[in-house]
Amino acid sequence: MLTRLSLAAALLLALPLSAQAAPKTTLAIGMGVEPTGLDPTIAAPVAIREVTWANLFEGLVKLDSSGRVGPLLAKTWEVSADGLVYTFRLQEGVKFHDGTPMTSADVKFSLDRARAPTSTNAQKQIFAPIDAVETPDASTAVVKLKQPSGNFLYFLSWGDAAIVCQKTAETNRATPVGTGPFRFKSWARGDRVELVRSPDYWGAKPALESVTFRFITDPQAQVAALKAGDIDAFPNIGAPELFADLKTDRRFTAVAGNTEGEIVAGMNNAKKPFDDVRVRRALMQAVDRKALVDGAYSGFGQPIGSHFSPNHPAFVDLTSVLPYDPAKAKALLKEAGYGSGLSITIKSPQMAYASRSAELLSAMLAEVGVELKIVPTEFPAKWIEEVFKAKDYDMTIVAHAEPLDIDIYGREGYYFNYRSEPFRALVAEAARTPDEAARFETYRKAQRLLAEDVPALFLFQLPKLGVWNAKLKGLWESTPIPSNDVTGVSWSE
Amino acid sequence: MRPNLRLALGGAVALALLVVALVSLVWTPEMPFTRVRIPLRLRHPLAAGLLGTDHFGRDVLSLLMRGAFSSLSIAVPAVAIGACIGVAIGCTAAMLRGAFDTIVLRIADVVFAFPAVLSAIMLGAALGSGPAPATIAIAIFNVPVFVRVSRSAALQVLAMDYVAAARAVGRSAAAIGWSEVLPNIAGLLVVQATIQLGLAILAEAGLSYLGIGVRPPDPSWGRMLADSQTFLTQAPHLAIAPGVAIALSVLGLNLLGDGLRDALDPRLRR
Repeated sequence: MLTRLSLAAALLLALPLSAQAAPKTTLAIGMGVEPTGLDPTIAAPVAIREVTWANLFEGLVKLDSSGRVGPLLAKTWEVSADGLVYTFRLQEGVKFHDGTPMTSADVKFSLDRARAPTSTNAQKQIFAPIDAVETPDASTAVVKLKQPSGNFLYFLSWGDAAIVCQKTAETNRATPVGTGPFRFKSWARGDRVELVRSPDYWGAKPALESVTFRFITDPQAQVAALKAGDIDAFPNIGAPELFADLKTDRRFTAVAGNTEGEIVAGMNNAKKPFDDVRVRRALMQAVDRKALVDGAYSGFGQPIGSHFSPNHPAFVDLTSVLPYDPAKAKALLKEAGYGSGLSITIKSPQMAYASRSAELLSAMLAEVGVELKIVPTEFPAKWIEEVFKAKDYDMTIVAHAEPLDIDIYGREGYYFNYRSEPFRALVAEAARTPDEAARFETYRKAQRLLAEDVPALFLFQLPKLGVWNAKLKGLWESTPIPSNDVTGVSWSE
Repeated sequence: MRPNLRLALGGAVALALLVVALVSLVWTPEMPFTRVRIPLRLRHPLAAGLLGTDHFGRDVLSLLMRGAFSSLSIAVPAVAIGACIGVAIGCTAAMLRGAFDTIVLRIADVVFAFPAVLSAIMLGAALGSGPAPATIAIAIFNVPVFVRVSRSAALQVLAMDYVAAARAVGRSAAAIGWSEVLPNIAGLLVVQATIQLGLAILAEAGLSYLGIGVRPPDPSWGRMLADSQTFLTQAPHLAIAPGVAIALSVLGLNLLGDGLRDALDPRLRR
């Protein structure tokens, strides 16, 4: 009797101990914005990719956390010497979550669907060079291009190029079916999306058994959920000032990385006085980027001197091209004929980073005799209407979140109204150069040209302020592409 | 609280508010009040300036002073416009009675049924943001208040013998309204206007909190409060300063209104 009792007692004591010893296999991730759907191939919102990309959906290739392209559904590939034919050898034994085997027919279907005239793919231009997709056998896909596309492989690593199943493509918006290590379980609208580990995943099994994405808009509620343990990780917390506070909390790992979002104050280059490069340079030199980052984003965020993400291997730091120099700014303004002052407006959207930066810009420009009046606007609807489409603005401020979007300064009719033939030639050259080293060099030239020509005031890179439980390992510190890749995430105890 | 104490306290607060608002136009501890000093950001009270600095290193006391002007520059015209329109409609309704009176009362009920801030947000959405739409929105919400107060007060006055006497000697309705009714309800209207001024300050703060009132860089107590939210753990003074300013102003104006009512109401006079 006594032995039985003591045995029972020992068991009772041992139970919680053993439960503690096994590492956790669930993860609750917090996000500030709920996705509008769960199919990254039909709509633009970043939140779609942050839930599904790399976790549920996969592409032919993937980007690692440093922004380099590597194999995924394509085991290997060859590019013809003229850069026009890409031959992909696919992984064997890959199945979609509904049990259908993934073959080259799905690759052809996915790429053809993305580039079809009726397609609503948010990045249709990346598929535009495709001439035809051929499937010599089930495990080989051959993509033929009309013209060389230097970034083609890189573009295939975007969520927009996910490989989807023919049978389920139409329903992926609400019940996504992919090839990834996690499969869709449920979506409680307004609250959470749950993913569970796929039992028949083709690759290495992730350590986590289930992942829950929870959507919390209010920054203070985000921090409260983290502190209460309801959320294990917030890859990008909503308020930098709260992040500063969490950095000192030992229960959490807090890492300030970079997103792909460049915060720039775009100017209407076709309009006086912004058609004069001296004025644009003067305004740039009137801005103390470091102070701006301190004031607008609690010191998190890397100052930028051109429009290129520090996550990209071809990034060059050009903040020293037009550094903060109010005296120089005043001299330039005087030279341009605005020595007696200048009055301009900035249309500032409601996001905290934008309105705070606008207030600081206004104070900084006042120091060199430029009156910057702040006119509030509403992002996205009103801003798209007034600034992006009608181009009815002097200056505006917004983060450009798309990866590798330096070519926007070369686009006809883009809202900056910037026209530079040398720049257009450079981005066109980069787009058709398959050789990586040569392409990156062209991108560096393009960055330098923008840094000197300042069609927009280049301010800082929107940081990714990640906070997660100190026992979690393997979360991305920066996001070279919108995604919350949890395939390599594990608990240390 | 004794009525004259209320009057004195409320009067003192209201006077202080007015003086601070006017002084801020020519002098603030930090000049200009918008001066950004990033190295001095988020300093606690006395560490930099009497009330510390905000997230841009601006002097909180200077912003608070100028914020008083922003508040009054919206609240005073809003109440004045609301009172003029409301009293005109209310007195007319009282004198005409009949269908006009009924319709006016019903419309006033409908407008009155919407909370001030809600109707201001709707108007802000329709008219855009900025000080002018905010003023109009708050003015509109003030109209029914003055319609009701002036109508019921005017009805009492109109039943008086001296009004009957004025009618008997053939004075016009407009003349009776102007020289008999208005002077006799003026005290009541002043009391109501004082209380409405407090509410208007509160409404302005609410609108600016939501981002549809005073525009930056002009400071506003409501926006200071909104901006302070995420800094609560680091710099609680940023929330306390505008919060106390709003509470004190509203309380002071309410006390003043109460005190005035007691002082002006002959029935309560001892």
